[in-house]
Amino acid sequence: MPVIILRQLLNFIISLFVLTIFTFGLTHLFPEGVSLLIPQDLDTGSSITQIGESVANNGNLFSNYFQYLNQIYQGNLGLSSVRGSSVFDEFFIYFPATLELSLVALIFAVFAGIPLGIIAAKNKNRWPDKLIVSSTLFGYSMPIFWWAILLILFFSLWLGVTPVASRLGFEFDIQPLTGFMLADTLLSDKSYSIEAFYSALHHLLLPAIALGTIPLAVVTRSTRSAMISILTEDYIRSAKARGLSFTKVIWKHALRNAMIPVVTTIGLLISILITGSLITESIFSWPGAGKWLLEAVYRRDFTVIHGAILAIACFIILVHFLLDLLSIYLDPKRRRT
Amino acid sequence: MDSQSQFYLQTKVPSNLFRWWSQFRSNKLSFVALIVYLIIGTFALFAHFIAPYDPTTQFTDAIHIPPSWYEEGQTKFILGTDYIGRDMFSRLVFGAQLSLSLASIVVFLSASIGITLGVVSSFASYGIDGLIMRIMDFILAIPSLILAVVIVAIIGPGLPNAIYAVALVLVPHFVIVTRTAIDQEKNKEYVTAMLLDGASKTRLFFQTILPNIFPPIIVQLTFAFSTAILEIATLGFLGLGAQSPDPEWGSILSESHHNIMFAPWTVAIPGLAIFFTLLSVNLVGDGLRDAIDAEKK
Repeated sequence: MPVIILRQLLNFIISLFVLTIFTFGLTHLFPEGVSLLIPQDLDTGSSITQIGESVANNGNLFSNYFQYLNQIYQGNLGLSSVRGSSVFDEFFIYFPATLELSLVALIFAVFAGIPLGIIAAKNKNRWPDKLIVSSTLFGYSMPIFWWAILLILFFSLWLGVTPVASRLGFEFDIQPLTGFMLADTLLSDKSYSIEAFYSALHHLLLPAIALGTIPLAVVTRSTRSAMISILTEDYIRSAKARGLSFTKVIWKHALRNAMIPVVTTIGLLISILITGSLITESIFSWPGAGKWLLEAVYRRDFTVIHGAILAIACFIILVHFLLDLLSIYLDPKRRRT
Repeated sequence: MDSQSQFYLQTKVPSNLFRWWSQFRSNKLSFVALIVYLIIGTFALFAHFIAPYDPTTQFTDAIHIPPSWYEEGQTKFILGTDYIGRDMFSRLVFGAQLSLSLASIVVFLSASIGITLGVVSSFASYGIDGLIMRIMDFILAIPSLILAVVIVAIIGPGLPNAIYAVALVLVPHFVIVTRTAIDQEKNKEYVTAMLLDGASKTRLFFQTILPNIFPPIIVQLTFAFSTAILEIATLGFLGLGAQSPDPEWGSILSESHHNIMFAPWTVAIPGLAIFFTLLSVNLVGDGLRDAIDAEKK
């Protein structure tokens, strides 16, 4: 058992190395003169070395790469060439907003998708199954930017039940502590903290649904196919033969085994969620990492582009690693090898 | 019909293609989707004859005319006009041409690179195979749109660059599909038989394995096609792909979505176009996969 965990850990570290080689290569592709700005000393922030230039000066790619690794290890991603603030700090300002949105979207997808998948599997080839499967096809084919606009049109402009943009009503003044608005409003000692919490939840609802729609389709489909194959297993038949009710069979016998492929699917969802948040955030004016990256692309702020892709990819690799561990925990077959 | 064919009762063995086709046709939804797709394709192919106006012509006296079925609509503009008086229908038809041809280029590029790499990696030595697969795993780990956005950010926005970016992002899927298919076939008995007969590696690949790995690759082609349409439209929407006067569906949406309150049709119609195109391509892909899977059993 520890061997496989060690192997995953090694995989994780190798992935991170490949990533830094990629981003290091990226810095050489940036146009001349805007090559990655790395401040020598964060405290003064005045002395700045340009990695690109130093490569041209001494030409030693290896020592530059290790210097680059060292800077990243110290959490130094340079300064934004537009705002002049530390990219590392900016990431931790913007990323929690993306994480909060993605997590709520994921919760929506998982908690709606797994029951829908089970219902579809139970009624295989009857109308509930057909209805659910064809709706997932709608989810797959819906361009998320159009879907988000339609949701705004319907819920915000026509029904007027949800706000159009931003994370919180403008009447509330909440100090960011964790960066997660739902937590911050509750932790706040202001008299209106509960109202602010509802306002934050209210603002979160529509973007989370827009972002969660494709993941919902994916979770539903993978739960359905996992359930269908598991429900034909012998141990399910014997559980039924012992006279257990359908809910008991699902809860006690089928669900945990069906969750193994679903956990793998959630790994794929991370990519979909991050991609989707890029679009959702720009439509809902959500101040997250996706919008931050897009703004940087529009303004050709290459330090931020570099920092954003490095940090986001690191996060994805980390999540994949953790999900691998979770799937090893859930799947006894994998533990033995 | 001559008497001989009636005398010998043996019927012609249906080809693989024919069996897939009859299997595919039995799935009504996919068949309808194929027809819808062919209609969209016809529009795209004959855009110059179908579209009544040039997609960039501005009718300054006809701004924000609603579609013709509204009271204020004009029959001159079937689907209405946009915020600077361009005919929506013409833009949409030319947009179909643009989207479908760009997606075809993207799929062609990424499929030729991806399939080649997949073949190389399944026949090459362990080291090269490992290297190719690690690089592909890495490209897959970064979300495709983010990678495309970053590529476009470096080489500059615009349609050609968006094509390269999307094509690169789609390559790993082809590599993996090709490699898995070859690996599955490699260990089958008919391949071993050929190997024992003394077939060379090239002969083994081109005459024995290649015809049998087409099905999964064809399915992957349709899914790559729908992804390509979506990614190009997304880049267009974000202002990183097609630029303003081009009638690309995504960029039409991004121009018009600010006017959603007083000209909702300029948002609804291009969105519907993208949605139905994607839906039909996905349904055709699903149908193909089911047909091929059913044949296998």
